[in-house]
Amino acid sequence: MIEGARWKRWVFFYAPMWFFIIILLFPFYWMIITTFRPDGELYRPWNAKNYNPFWTNNPTFEHVRLLLEETLFSTWLWNTMIISLASTAISLVCGVFAGYALSRLKFRFAGTLGTGIFVTYLVPQTLLFIPLADVIRNFHLGDTPWSLILTYPTFLIPFSTWLMMGYFKAIPKELEECARIDGATRWQAMIYIILPVAVPGILSAGIFAFTLSWNEFIYALVFLSSSEQKTIPVGVVSELVRGDVFYWGSLMAGALLGSIPVAVVYSFFVEHYVAGLTGSVKG
Amino acid sequence: MASATTIRNVATQGRAHSNAGMWEDERWFAFALLLPTGILLALFIAYPFFQGIWLSLTDTRVGVPGEFVGLKNFYKVWNDSIFRTAVWNTVWYTFVTTVFKLILGLWLAQLLNRHFKGKAWVRAFILLPFIIPTVLSTFAWKWMFDPTFSVLNWMLWNMGIITKRLNWLGEPDLAFFSVIVVNIWRGLPFYAISLLAGLQTISPELQEAAAIDGANAWQRFRHITWPLLLPVTMVVTLFSVIQTFADFQLVYVLTGGGPANATHLFATYAYQIGVGTGLLSEGAAISLAIFPILFGVVLLQLIYIRRVETR
Repeated sequence: MIEGARWKRWVFFYAPMWFFIIILLFPFYWMIITTFRPDGELYRPWNAKNYNPFWTNNPTFEHVRLLLEETLFSTWLWNTMIISLASTAISLVCGVFAGYALSRLKFRFAGTLGTGIFVTYLVPQTLLFIPLADVIRNFHLGDTPWSLILTYPTFLIPFSTWLMMGYFKAIPKELEECARIDGATRWQAMIYIILPVAVPGILSAGIFAFTLSWNEFIYALVFLSSSEQKTIPVGVVSELVRGDVFYWGSLMAGALLGSIPVAVVYSFFVEHYVAGLTGSVKG
Repeated sequence: MASATTIRNVATQGRAHSNAGMWEDERWFAFALLLPTGILLALFIAYPFFQGIWLSLTDTRVGVPGEFVGLKNFYKVWNDSIFRTAVWNTVWYTFVTTVFKLILGLWLAQLLNRHFKGKAWVRAFILLPFIIPTVLSTFAWKWMFDPTFSVLNWMLWNMGIITKRLNWLGEPDLAFFSVIVVNIWRGLPFYAISLLAGLQTISPELQEAAAIDGANAWQRFRHITWPLLLPVTMVVTLFSVIQTFADFQLVYVLTGGGPANATHLFATYAYQIGVGTGLLSEGAAISLAIFPILFGVVLLQLIYIRRVETR
């Protein structure tokens, strides 16, 4: 609760809060305003007279047009969507299965395996991308969406597994046992009895995995080479910067349009996303 | 346990045919469920990891199969002044950003832990820097740092703080500072939201009781909030340290390691050597050099988590 004198509330609450909000959101505002600002206003020296950088009276769709018509942006968007959805689906299936096995079944080395999967979560992509590029080439997956669909799960499965283990552990053992006494097989007990209860967990893991794959950069940068195979982050970086020339208007338009799908998914599932985030941290 | 399993097996084999019976065995079922994960992680983590070790011991270039050369790449890398700068940068970058993200994150989490109008909105919007693709938001920063058209220069100039332009990404120290600022900006929401989740598990009654006993705000934080939040803080910090240590995108977009190789991190330098110039073996050696430090951090984390679990 916020109480105390008015000035105290301002100094200790509203001022710092606004400070954080403005700093955290300003770059996005800047992205939006740059997208719709004509080049003539964009490239005006920073100390020019009578220059208001925060608003424009001549909004233009020129940068968006250039982005959509003269680059393969829509192809990149499609690629990113397919790759993110496919790798999220693979990771969810693997994560749910593995999480179920590790948290609800008794077998030797269960603890060791759980720790092993957790450890791989802590091996970052930047440690592996050079040899992995080699492996991808040997498997003849280079420059195809499969190179990403199959490698993204390596950093998505560990946290999905970890998250699902948390959810599964909270479900009472009796639930399954009742089903099994009634003649359900292990598989049926898992699919029809336990999974429906764990739906919030699956949703959290899915949202989180989707945003992570949409975000991924270094694997996409190294494994993909032809323009029509690229994902949004890589496409924007490599096609809208030509030599020393930055097409800032279109770059920002690309950044904006490329962020909207994740932002939309996120806005529908904020609570699940936060649960995924904090759940994967708590372990 | 063993006999219970046997009895169950016998029972299930009675009503299902033998193939299904195998899946009724707890161990077989677990094995089947873990198989897809095992295959993917083995193919795309374990195998490339060992491939990387092998690569770093050869003189492979792009398109040229290499021969075993022992530790030559590591000697070369060790005596490389850019590599040393990169190591120092990475450590310093991780340390500074982590300290700031932790302090600011705690502050923001404390602010968000109060009840106020529009709280849900603020909380949702504040996470944006963390969910928007890093490369894309970093481009917005790069545009804000532009040497000629920087809006930051415009603001500082109009506030009378600077008289001539700052070349944000063009001077080594300033460029490193800029990279650090962007990393803090990006990572702060993660800290704030995770720590907020931790704060919400602390009963407000504890605070109230302490307040009645005359503890001031700082004392309440120091003796109640901080110790209770410590487990969450530790895990959040270690996760973030690993991510920051292996960071690539920010530096790649903002400075590309420049000016004059002054802002390289492990990952960007490995990329420049391994992919940029095609010296695969040396690039592999550089990225492998992250591992010992990372391993130390992971070990620390595992020991800590074990300790909490067995407590």
